[in-house]
Amino acid sequence: MTTFRLNGRDVTVDVPDDTPLLWVIRDEVGLTGTKFGCGIGMCGACTIHIGGRATRSCVTPVSAAEGADITTIEGIDPEGNHPVQQAWREIQVPQCGYCQSGQIMQAVSLLKDYPSPTDEEIDAVMAGSLCRCMTYIRIREAIKKAAANARGDASNG
Amino acid sequence: MIKRIAAAIVGIGVAGGVGFLAYAWYPAIAPVAPPPPSTFTAAQIEHGRVLAAGGYCAECHTRTDGVRGVELAGDYKMDTPFGAIFSSNITPDPETGIGHWSEAAFKRAMRKGISRDGTQLFPAFPFDHFTHMTDEDIDAVYAFLMTRAPVHSVKRDNTVGFPFNIRLEQAGWKLLFLHEGPLKNNPKQDAEWNRGAYFAEGLSHCSACHTPRNLMGAEKAGSPYDGAPVDNWIAPPLNEHNPTPVVWTEDEYFKYLRFGSAPLHGSAAGPMSPVVHGGLSEMPESDVHAIAHYLAEIDHASTRVSQDPKALAWAMKASMKDLVGPQVNPNAKLYAGACAACHANAGPQPVEGRPDLALNNALWLDEPTNLFQVILRGIGTTEGISTVSMPSFYHSLSDADLARLATYLRATRTTLPPWTDLEKKAADVRKTLPTPPVASSH
Repeated sequence: MTTFRLNGRDVTVDVPDDTPLLWVIRDEVGLTGTKFGCGIGMCGACTIHIGGRATRSCVTPVSAAEGADITTIEGIDPEGNHPVQQAWREIQVPQCGYCQSGQIMQAVSLLKDYPSPTDEEIDAVMAGSLCRCMTYIRIREAIKKAAANARGDASNG
Repeated sequence: MIKRIAAAIVGIGVAGGVGFLAYAWYPAIAPVAPPPPSTFTAAQIEHGRVLAAGGYCAECHTRTDGVRGVELAGDYKMDTPFGAIFSSNITPDPETGIGHWSEAAFKRAMRKGISRDGTQLFPAFPFDHFTHMTDEDIDAVYAFLMTRAPVHSVKRDNTVGFPFNIRLEQAGWKLLFLHEGPLKNNPKQDAEWNRGAYFAEGLSHCSACHTPRNLMGAEKAGSPYDGAPVDNWIAPPLNEHNPTPVVWTEDEYFKYLRFGSAPLHGSAAGPMSPVVHGGLSEMPESDVHAIAHYLAEIDHASTRVSQDPKALAWAMKASMKDLVGPQVNPNAKLYAGACAACHANAGPQPVEGRPDLALNNALWLDEPTNLFQVILRGIGTTEGISTVSMPSFYHSLSDADLARLATYLRATRTTLPPWTDLEKKAADVRKTLPTPPVASSH
């Protein structure tokens, strides 16, 4: 039995300790916004937040999340209006969209660490999030847009 | 004449032998009826609970291999160079635990390493440290243990072979290596140092893992806190031989020992996780501060700390290496894809929760053991920083991949000579993991 909080809700699952957290989120809990990409932690599609930090859920055993506070793409804003999601829409980032929830989760975490990220910081942190449609240029732009929006919001009080 | 000399030598030998036996022989202490809980005050039991946590009793007295045992019921397997030793049941079960042990019998075990029935205990039980505890503290631990639920549990037999299984030899060991009795106050040091020494050298027995042992299994007196292999990990040096670029200061030690993570060094993984999360986190904050204060004196932090800004600046520059622009080095690409999202740091300091590898203990040690352990196992929320977790790359990275990563990181995130024979070392570490930590996703 493993217990954790998922998007603010207590969840207890009875699965083997080594079950990947991604399977638990998608198949046990039924939240399918988080995607299965490579299954080996090398593409970023399955990125969620554990304790506010971007984490590859496909290689995180559920036992490693005991007591954790987990957020998925469904949980960053109830209306889908997180500043990063807004920027993503403004810039029209996605093409096929498959990797985008992972990209957004990684970007949200990036902006917490680096609220006004440089190209270098974006490249370093986002390098592990692959996009086969090559939306990288728009991802970078949207991250900067979200950062600018957040700064604007802050100064407008 | 020669006969006389021979007889004299034999005589001296016999007398010495008799003397040794007299020294080595301890009587059994009569069994007592298990003391009722009313024997102890609530405050004493609580004090004992905190001390039992700070001495990690449950870590070595709870079975973890194969099945998870009941806490304190013993049968934890300790691999030693002499064979496997299985710890004893220290719940108050009269038949299989310490239910018949009087306070005096318990105290004798803690101070002298003698079991209630008079047999010598192996120093896998760190009585050479517990001997330094005060009477009051030993009594409190006794009160705590005797008020736990008794568990009927028989431990497995030790596999220590001849001649090391002759328990009487332990008396000779003690003659050489046991410094019995409470620690003397060091008047040259302040009260906090002495308080820290009391825990580090006594109850919390830091050097039991962090000091290398000699051929007889005793801590080497000449190299205290020089670091040593333990349970397929490396317990790093805690003295000035610790190779990390930034010094372990009192503040870094405190954060590490209290919360499981030192921002400029890394987090508590492997056998060190329960030390923090099951042990020191239960102790009063001031006592953990005292331990940190003491350890920072051992590594002479105050005289070495002036180099830190330079070392930190170097590490922060190294942290961003190869992460910008196109990369042709496949090892750099592997790092950028698998690790950098969480470990790359820009700016003058690492971001909290973003452990920087150029500062991390694991990369600067003489062997890659700890690095491979962490990559293969990951770090769960019950370890390290308790709110976050690192995935396990057990199924993602082959031994060759691990070797490539280690080669690359050692070359670009440290200034030390390369590690050797990495693929074999990766395979060796992988073999020590009891079960694959993650189900295959294929």
